[in-house]
Amino acid sequence: MIPLDINGKRQNIDLPGETPLLWTLRDELGLTGTKFGCGMALCGACTVHVDGQAVRSCITPISAVANKKIVTIEAVGADAAGKALQAAWVDTGVPQCGYCQAGQIMSAAALLRRKPKPSDAEIDEAMSGNICRCGTYTRIRAAIKQAAVQQGGTR
Amino acid sequence: MNALVVANVSRRRFLQGMSALGGLVLAVGYSSAARAQAKKYGADGMPNGWVDDPLAFVSIAEDGTVTIVCHRSEMGQGVRTGMPMIVADELEADWKRVRVAQAAGDEKKFGNQDTDGSRSTRHFFEPMRRCGAAARTMLEAAAAERWKVPVSEVEAKNHEVVHRPTGRRAGYGSLAKAAARQPVPARETLRLKDPKQFRYIGKGQLKLVDGRDIATGKAQYGIDTRLPGMLYAVVARPPVYGGKVASFDGAEALKVPGVERVVQIEDSPPPAHFNPVGGVAVLARNTWAAMQGRRALKITWDDGPNAGYDSAAFKATLEESARKPGKVVRNDGDFDAAVAKAARRLDAEYYVPHLAHATMEPPAATVRIANGKAEVWGCFQSPQAARDLVAKRLGMSSDDVTVHVTLLGGGFGRKSKPDYAIEAAVLSKAVDGKPVKVTWTRDDDLHNSYYHTVSVEHLEAGVDAQGKPVAWLHRSVAPTIISTFNPAAKNEAPFELGMGVINVPFAIANVRIENPEAIAHTRIGWFRSVSNIPHAFAVQSFVAELAAAAGRDPKDFLLEVIGPARQVSPETLGDTWNHGESPERYPVDTGRLRRVVETAARQAGWGRKLPKGHGLGIAGHYSFVSYIAAVVEAAVDDKGQLTIPRVDIAVDCGATVNPDRVRSQMEGACVMGIGIATLEGISFKGGRVEQDNFNAYEVARMAGAPREIRVHIIPGDYSKPMGGVGEPGVPPIPPALCNAIFAATGKRIRRLPIRDQLKV
Repeated sequence: MIPLDINGKRQNIDLPGETPLLWTLRDELGLTGTKFGCGMALCGACTVHVDGQAVRSCITPISAVANKKIVTIEAVGADAAGKALQAAWVDTGVPQCGYCQAGQIMSAAALLRRKPKPSDAEIDEAMSGNICRCGTYTRIRAAIKQAAVQQGGTR
Repeated sequence: MNALVVANVSRRRFLQGMSALGGLVLAVGYSSAARAQAKKYGADGMPNGWVDDPLAFVSIAEDGTVTIVCHRSEMGQGVRTGMPMIVADELEADWKRVRVAQAAGDEKKFGNQDTDGSRSTRHFFEPMRRCGAAARTMLEAAAAERWKVPVSEVEAKNHEVVHRPTGRRAGYGSLAKAAARQPVPARETLRLKDPKQFRYIGKGQLKLVDGRDIATGKAQYGIDTRLPGMLYAVVARPPVYGGKVASFDGAEALKVPGVERVVQIEDSPPPAHFNPVGGVAVLARNTWAAMQGRRALKITWDDGPNAGYDSAAFKATLEESARKPGKVVRNDGDFDAAVAKAARRLDAEYYVPHLAHATMEPPAATVRIANGKAEVWGCFQSPQAARDLVAKRLGMSSDDVTVHVTLLGGGFGRKSKPDYAIEAAVLSKAVDGKPVKVTWTRDDDLHNSYYHTVSVEHLEAGVDAQGKPVAWLHRSVAPTIISTFNPAAKNEAPFELGMGVINVPFAIANVRIENPEAIAHTRIGWFRSVSNIPHAFAVQSFVAELAAAAGRDPKDFLLEVIGPARQVSPETLGDTWNHGESPERYPVDTGRLRRVVETAARQAGWGRKLPKGHGLGIAGHYSFVSYIAAVVEAAVDDKGQLTIPRVDIAVDCGATVNPDRVRSQMEGACVMGIGIATLEGISFKGGRVEQDNFNAYEVARMAGAPREIRVHIIPGDYSKPMGGVGEPGVPPIPPALCNAIFAATGKRIRRLPIRDQLKV
C-alpha cells in the first residue's frame, strides 16, 4: 500500500511501487485529465504538480511521491494561477484538439508560481518540454501572458 | 485523360469498392460529357452524401435547451463549435442555451461522417443551414397554430417566437412538443437568412464548445474510456510491414503482476487496407502492467519481403527513377522543343521523407460485446468505417455495432484508419466480450503508422533571355497511397497528382508532368495535406530558384509565373479529381492565387529592411479548393541557428463560418509546416522504423515555432462555394521557409528536414 495525497485527498494505492503515477491516476483513480503522450518525459502531456513543482508523471514511480502533495489538472483551478490560466486558455481560444493542454496548463501554472511575470525567454524555456502537435504555441504564450497580467494585481 | 482514373476517391469509397469488387473502383476515363452526367461532386459525391433532416440533428427540451448534433469528428479544427453554430444561427437559437451532442457512427442517418479532406464546412454549410431553418419554421408553425394566427405574422427571434402584430411571445421550450408534431417543411420552401442577418456565422465571437472541459481536464478522448470490468491492452506488432509472428512465448508476460491474458491477433498480409497488422496482445489490470507484460513477451518475427527496406537506399532508387522519363500525366505544348531553344536550362531535385502523424493522443479504442451486439468507443475520423470494419471482423451486421465518437487528440489522417478499433474488437471477443481498451504507445504509433509517402521531385525548366520559364518539366516519384489497398499500384493516383503537381496553373506554354513508378514497402496513408506537401515544396522552391537565377524579386517573379488573373478548368490541366469538386463550380482561379500572394507580401512588408541574417521567403499554393500564401521571415545566426520571428499567411477559403478557427488552423498548419521543414522524418532500416519516440521523431516545440503568426483572411461571399481550411495551410510553409533561408544566407535547401544543414 502506498499512501498518496492527490488533489487534497489521501488514499492508499495497492499497486507495485514502480508503477508510474500517470497510470495510477488514469487507470486506477479515473483522473484521466492527465494524458499519456510518450512515456519518456519527452512531451509533457502527463505533467502534474508534486509539492508545487511540474513533474512528468509518466516516469514518476508512485513510491517516489508517497505522502507528497500531488495536484492534477482536475484540481489546479483551486490555485489562483491555475484558475487564471484556465480562464485565459478559454478566452484566448488556445486549444485545438486540446489533448496536450492539461499538461501545458500544469507547466504554465508551475512557471507562474515561480515567475509571476515571465519573459518570452522564460516562457519558452519553461514550456519547451510540452509538445503541441496542433501547433498552438503562439496562443499558449499569449494566454500565459494574459494570466500573468491578471495575476499581477494579487501578487 | 485516357488513362484509368480512380473515380472521386475517398477512403470510404475504397472500402465499398474493395468489398464489392475485391479491387479498386476504377472507372475507365469517360468522355467529358458522359462524366458530367455520371459524376457527382462535393457532398453529393461522398458515400451517404448529406442529410438536412432537422429531426436527425436538432432536439428541443421543454426547458428550452436546444441540442444540436455534430456528426463530424472533432480533432482540433473546431467542427463541434462550427457545425452546430450554423444550425443555431438559422434556428435563431440563443447559443447560451445550445448543447452539442456527438453523433454515433451512422451515415444513413447523418450523411457522410468521414472527417477528412478539409470537407466538413464546405460540404455541410448548406445542409446545416437548412436543418436550422427547417426547425425554425416548425417552431413558427407551432406558435401560429397555438395563437390561431397566420404563420406570416410570426417570427422566430433569439429562442422565442414573436407574434409581430401583438408582441405576444413563446419560448422555444414551450413550443418544443407542438413543433415536433409539425411536418418537416419541404426543402424548396425553406427561407434561409440573408447573410447580413447572421448572428454567429462569420463573427468569430463564440468560445469553443469544449474549451472549458479541455482546460479543466474533463474532456473525454478515445484513450480516456473506462468501463466497469475493462481490461487494458497493448499489442506487440510486427516491426516490418508484411511481417508476422513466427512463434511466441507468453509465459513470462503472464507472471507480471496485473497481467491477465496474452492473446495473439491474426496477421493480415498486405495489402494493409485498414486491417490490424497482427501481433501479440497483453491484457492487464492497467496500461502499465500491460506494457510490462509486453516487454516480457518472447516473440520471433518472420519479417517477410520488406525486411530490406532502407530509406537511404530507397532515396537513391527514387532519384534514379526521377532522372528517367516516366508516365506522362500532363503534356502542354512541346517541352523538348521549347527547352532546346531556351536561353538557359535549370534543374533541381527535392526530397521529402516519410512523415508520421504523431497525434498527441496515440490511437486508442475500446470494445465491449454483449448479446450479439458490439459497442465501440474511440477517436475516429471515420466512425462509419470503424463500425463497418468491426462488424465485418466480428461477423456481425453493422446494425449491431454502435460506434461512440470521443474527441480526437489530433487526427491528421491517422485516425481515419480504424485498425485499432478492430484490434480492440478481436481482443474483446477473445475474453468473452469483456470490455477491452487498446492503447498504442508512442513507439507503436511511430513504428506501425500509415506514413506520409516519401518522394523525389525532379524539376527542369528552360528559360528565355530574361529568365522567364518557357518550358517546365516536373517528374514526381513517390509510392502511392493506393498501394495500401492494391500492392500492384506503382503510380501516383489522380487524387495525388491533383495535389499540386498537375494542377499548377502557371502561365507557361510548354509543360510536361511525368510520374515514374515507385514501389511501396510500408503502409502509405493520408497525412494532413497529403501530396501537396512535397509537390508545393518542390514547385514553390523551384520558382524561387528560377527567380534567383534571373536576378528577379521572388514575389514579382512568382506573380509573373502565375500569370494574369483567369479561371482555369482543372480538366484542361489534366486534373480529373479537383478535390472531388465540380470543375465548373471550382475552377482554378489564378486571380485568387495572385491575391493571396499579393496580400501576404503586402502584410508582411515585403521589401522591408531586415536585420543582418534575416530573410523573407514567399510561397503560394492552391489545395483543398482554397488559396493560401505565406511569407516567412527567417533568421540564421553565425552558427547556423535558425529562428523564425514572424510569418504572414493570407488565406482565401471563401466565406468563413468561424474565422477564429480559420485563424487557428492557419497558425497550427504553419507550426506543423515548420516542423516538417526543420525536423520531422521517418526512416527505415532493415524494414524497421528507426524513430521510437519524440527524441528521434522531433516535432516543432515552442522555441522553434514562429514567434508571431499573422493570419489575413480574404473576405468571402456566402453565395459562392467554400474552400477547405484544415489542410491547405501546411503546403506553402516549407517552401516559404526555405526561400527565406535562401534570402537570409544564400543557401538553398532541397532536402527535408533541414536539421543541421545550416550548421557552420
